[in-house]
Amino acid sequence: MAEARARTLLIFAHPALERGRINPAMAEAVRDLPDLTLHDLYEVYPDFTVDVPAEHKRLLAHDLIVLQFPLYWFSMPSLLKEWMDLVWSRGFAFGPGAKLKGRTLLCAVSTGANRDAYEDGVYRFPLGDFLRPLEETAVYCGLTWADPFVLHGRDAMDARGLAAGVGRYRDRLEKLTRTAPRIPGATA
Amino acid sequence: MDGLLLQAVVYLAAAAISAPLAKRLGLGAVLGYLIAGLVIGPFALNLVGETEQVAHVAEFGVVMLLFLIGLEVKPALLWSMRTAIFGLGLGQVVATSAVLMAAGLAFGLDWKQALAAGLVLSMSSTAIVLQMLEEQGLRRGAAGRSAFGVLLFPDLAVIPLLAFLPLLAMTAAPHAAEAAHSAALLEDQPAWLRGLAIVAAVLAVVVAGRYLTRPAFRFIAQLQLRETFTASALLLVVGVAVLMQSVGLSPALGAFLAGVVLAESEFRRELETDIEPFRGLLLGLFFITVGAGLNVGLVMQQPLLVGGVTLGLMALKGLVMTLLGRLFGDPWREAGTAGAALSQGGEFAFVLLTFAVSSRVLDPGLASTLTAAVALSMAATPLVFALWRRLSRPSVETDVVEPENDFADADPKVLIAGVGRFGQIVSRVLGANGYETSVLDNSVEQIELLRRFGRRVYYGDALRLDLLRAAGAEKAKVLVVAIDNAERATELVEMAREEFPHLIVLARAYDRRHAYDLLNKGAHVVERETFEGGLSLAAETLRALGWRAYRAERAARLFRLHDERQFEKLRPLWGDEERFTVASRESSPRMDDLLRADIERLSDDDPLDADDQEPDPGR
Repeated sequence: MAEARARTLLIFAHPALERGRINPAMAEAVRDLPDLTLHDLYEVYPDFTVDVPAEHKRLLAHDLIVLQFPLYWFSMPSLLKEWMDLVWSRGFAFGPGAKLKGRTLLCAVSTGANRDAYEDGVYRFPLGDFLRPLEETAVYCGLTWADPFVLHGRDAMDARGLAAGVGRYRDRLEKLTRTAPRIPGATA
Repeated sequence: MDGLLLQAVVYLAAAAISAPLAKRLGLGAVLGYLIAGLVIGPFALNLVGETEQVAHVAEFGVVMLLFLIGLEVKPALLWSMRTAIFGLGLGQVVATSAVLMAAGLAFGLDWKQALAAGLVLSMSSTAIVLQMLEEQGLRRGAAGRSAFGVLLFPDLAVIPLLAFLPLLAMTAAPHAAEAAHSAALLEDQPAWLRGLAIVAAVLAVVVAGRYLTRPAFRFIAQLQLRETFTASALLLVVGVAVLMQSVGLSPALGAFLAGVVLAESEFRRELETDIEPFRGLLLGLFFITVGAGLNVGLVMQQPLLVGGVTLGLMALKGLVMTLLGRLFGDPWREAGTAGAALSQGGEFAFVLLTFAVSSRVLDPGLASTLTAAVALSMAATPLVFALWRRLSRPSVETDVVEPENDFADADPKVLIAGVGRFGQIVSRVLGANGYETSVLDNSVEQIELLRRFGRRVYYGDALRLDLLRAAGAEKAKVLVVAIDNAERATELVEMAREEFPHLIVLARAYDRRHAYDLLNKGAHVVERETFEGGLSLAAETLRALGWRAYRAERAARLFRLHDERQFEKLRPLWGDEERFTVASRESSPRMDDLLRADIERLSDDDPLDADDQEPDPGR
């Protein structure tokens, strides 16, 4: 049923979108999903001045939070970190009066390398390890950690690979909006 | 006096009615003028008497046209066009004359008459062709460049031609060719003196253009008397023309030269805008007189002969030009466009034909047939050209979409009005990021300063619609209004939004109230001029009080965020003075509260700032 869908907040962090290929395609593929709010951090906060109250309001109005970003130095782009640091504050995300409990957090990550680089020892750790800080944050704040979606750059080198990849992303997100729980009483 | 006014009424009415009508019918203004001339001429309504004097004045339109074109052609550009001018231009004259001469011989003319006719008819009409190409937006493309080269060359060649023609009448004396310069004032002087005079005149134009006009125009601009500037601009063009004529050079060529000399001057846009209406009017007048001067009687008497000569002339000229264009590497379609454009006889032909008759080179009967044929071919050119354009549509369209930029400035995407302390910053940031800007300012001191730094700035009042247009408002994407007079800025925003709805208008506001005004007039983005500076200094002040830089900076930015929100919130109240004042007074304490809360949260609760409160799952 349509009203059972989770309201999705897609936090999108890409500092050089005009040069990106995979991330724009990913965002484009899902932006028309029902009840999805696309929030382009680098476009809204070019000077890194995150508007905390507005962000709080936005988070509370959604059930499923997606962090979509390219992996930069095995981590997230700096504005996304700034956003986390400022917005996920005591009394909102954790501590007394924490308000995000019960929501779902999905990381949608693109990488420059291929799957093997993470699994066959080019890098010392598998990709999931690099997302541990986010996983810990989510669980610590009472959110459900969804299995991250990863699109490897090498798998999406050509148009066909890219189309297949973003198709997988859309399916995954679609499914999650049906299974992720809606938070009763969460309002804008 | 009455007669003069009456004539003015006839001509102006003809122009005002025919040009829009022809344009509406898709024929182009040139053809409209020609037909109007025919209608008011002696063979139809006969509303005008002797057209010779009017034609003389009207020919000045061509001079102004060349001056304006000169303004667009920087010396370096002219040099890079030397192949077009000397290669194509010379090639065209030689090849066309030869072909036309052969045709003349085939029809039984003796070789002298055939050669003279060939030479005279090889020239095309600068006025018609350039006007036509301009109207169609083709002047800057490949075809336009070829055509321009071909048109400029006869201006150079007409002098030796005037000298050469008489030689065909009598037996040529050795070395006579070099000595036979035709000069109005210096006719009786020895050749070396006349040569010297020509060199001196050209030098005078270059040197005076370089070193005298700028201080003079600067002085006039400082007086802020617009009509004085217009008068001086006209004086410049007319003066150069007279000077050139007096030493026996073509006035059009002289005007072109003066234009080139001034192409890099900061007054270029203003000159362009001032001369433009005169050029338009006079050229229109010129076409009307050509139409009126068409000897309809002769055409009626020998329709086949005149028609045949006209057709043959146009076919041969068009063909030769097309082939030459191909030879010089233009694609077929562009070469064809140039061929179609240049297929008529030129206004020089009228002069030269008269001259040829008086020097007994051509017999009067032949000359009048040729005159009629030239006039007919001029009238037919817009039709032929329109036809060709229709036939060759696909490639010509792309030509319009992607004009080559080497014929004039690149069309800048950004227009900046006012380049004082504020506009300068905008212009420099854009420049640093590879955007060419077109900048207008009406402070002579400011322009001088910026020019010293090698920036391209033009003198002029941005509130003049024609000047905005000349600066490229039609093709630009954004207009930055950075003039420091609040009322004029508002006016400019309103005008720009009305006249150029495609432009994104970004404006500098004096204060909050002015910012609302600008938004109401349609500005897309406004920036209060002291706001960012004040914020930065506030952040510095907080640092001076011992705050860490990041916290001070964030405090200033949060203030901006809240202030911008207030700005939006109070906007509907703007105009209602009383409610607005009350609401903004009430909003300020609340704004302070919000800021305090935000800053406190930042310093106390933030994991970033407070090590001891690091989230710890073990707790």
